[in-house]
Amino acid sequence: MEAAHRSPGFRRWFNRRGWIKITIATPYVWLSLFFLLPFVIVIAMSFATRTPTAPPFSFGGDYPVMNTNHYARLIHDDLYVRAYLNSIGNATLATLMCLLIGYPMALGLTRVSRSWRNVLLMLVILPFWTSFLLRVYAWMGLMGTNSWFNKLLTGAYNWVMPADMALRYIPMMNTGFAVVLVTVYSYLPFMILPLYANLEKLDLSLNEAAMDLGSRPFQVFRDVTLPLSLPGIIAGSLLVFIPASGELIIPSLVGSSSRPMIGRVISDEFASARDWPMASAVAVALLLLLVGPLMAYTYFEGKSLEKKKAEGES
Amino acid sequence: MNRRPVFLITMLCFGFAFFYIPILSMMVYSFNGSRLATVWGGFSTKWYVSLLSNRQVLKAAILSIEIAVLSATFATILGTMAGIAMARFKRFRGRTLFSGLVTAPLVMPEVITGIASLMLFILMAEYIGWPATRGFTTVTLAHITFSMVFVTTIVHSRLVQADEAIEEAAMDLGSRPWQVMKDITLPVISPAIMSGWLLAFTISLDDVVITNFTTGPGTTTLPILIWSKVKLGVTPDINALATITVVIVGIGVFIAGWLLNRAEKAREHDIQLAYQANQ
Repeated sequence: MEAAHRSPGFRRWFNRRGWIKITIATPYVWLSLFFLLPFVIVIAMSFATRTPTAPPFSFGGDYPVMNTNHYARLIHDDLYVRAYLNSIGNATLATLMCLLIGYPMALGLTRVSRSWRNVLLMLVILPFWTSFLLRVYAWMGLMGTNSWFNKLLTGAYNWVMPADMALRYIPMMNTGFAVVLVTVYSYLPFMILPLYANLEKLDLSLNEAAMDLGSRPFQVFRDVTLPLSLPGIIAGSLLVFIPASGELIIPSLVGSSSRPMIGRVISDEFASARDWPMASAVAVALLLLLVGPLMAYTYFEGKSLEKKKAEGES
Repeated sequence: MNRRPVFLITMLCFGFAFFYIPILSMMVYSFNGSRLATVWGGFSTKWYVSLLSNRQVLKAAILSIEIAVLSATFATILGTMAGIAMARFKRFRGRTLFSGLVTAPLVMPEVITGIASLMLFILMAEYIGWPATRGFTTVTLAHITFSMVFVTTIVHSRLVQADEAIEEAAMDLGSRPWQVMKDITLPVISPAIMSGWLLAFTISLDDVVITNFTTGPGTTTLPILIWSKVKLGVTPDINALATITVVIVGIGVFIAGWLLNRAEKAREHDIQLAYQANQ
């Protein structure tokens, strides 16, 4: 290697074209080997047959080309269908909630003074840098049956409701509600940041023009700000929806085992049941479901970068 | 827009309360004297003492930091290369696939990446014999792979916004492309590379799901240790651990933000001086 570095031939090659080739090829080979290849393996594995050997699968045997039984089970077994519906339902609900809370927050961030804005943005990003697991854990403490938060909510509930419907505590842990709440909490920064990046660039003189032409503030929002912020809405929603639909930590910690979620099903099939082909089939099915959103994300991401580039050049 | 946006300010207050009340509550309860994690039993720092004298926790924390430093360094090198390739080399064979490969891991559900990587490592051990067992090596390889694309995103967007005219000027003055890269482009994107490293470091330090799949017996990182404890319920020493984490991260983010801000201001100042000198 040392000799190669010193040899003038290598030097010349490196200075001319070589460094470009190395810059492209190194990450390309790495990602192909450690990201693309594993997915090819998962797809192949979903057509294999489970065997009691180690590693626990084989090809061929009773199923000469491919074993499609796992995909048939996906449709016929109630567990998988329910897990899919739960996951998609939870992810959709969480995305909508993030949008409802995150949009006004992002818009608010663009309307406060500059010095405040930097502090508040830092406060949005800070939870993102702290441990995801610990943020989920924080809610476990809050939702428990004798925590101050639960007592506060129970008190409020009992005060509003008639006496014969009084509760000793509100059951929050291990419910679908808990999963959605904690998902919203964990993924809210992913909604706020792209929305803010988008809203910040909007030209406020458009709003003023609309006001001058007689629009009321809400009309200005509906007719000017909202349509212009659509790219931010799409990016934020995808950044919340896609990871939320395959979430494993949140349903495992605060979810109910009677409401299966797809991430947990994949993990259980793999680790507890040691059924690699079935786990792979579930993963492939989840991927197929997410292919649309994933491609949409890649597409919009590329487009926004092109736009940034155009702005940089002008 | 002369009117104060009352609704928006209210939502901001509500949102930040939502963000920080759970964290603050956890921090307060880390000083709880009671064994019951959610019932207040007077002020005490005993959970901190028991945490800091817990060898298992310290060992896991050191292992996590080792993996995070190593994987962040490799991820930064690979991620920066990919970012440069995406931003500066307009046409090369397989560019479409490449751009897919650097964006997909950003949003891929971790469970899928986790089992996919695990199967790869098991098959590699079976057929190539390396890495022979799952543990430090496999976890680090997996962390490099999924954190490098975050570095790519940061470097790419910095390069796209950077003024290419400076690079073109250097070319016109006779620099070779490699010299331009070394002397101009890399220094220009160095703040982005630094924040990329920091992001890769924290992502690695924080990861549970992918580590859970790719690790083996004996390699317990801090998040895996917390994960196995937290699955059993709320415990006061985890509150203490969380508080320490939040404080360290808070200070770290504050210092990093201040340093980057200062570097940015110094750079702007230099550019202004250069302009004035030219006029």
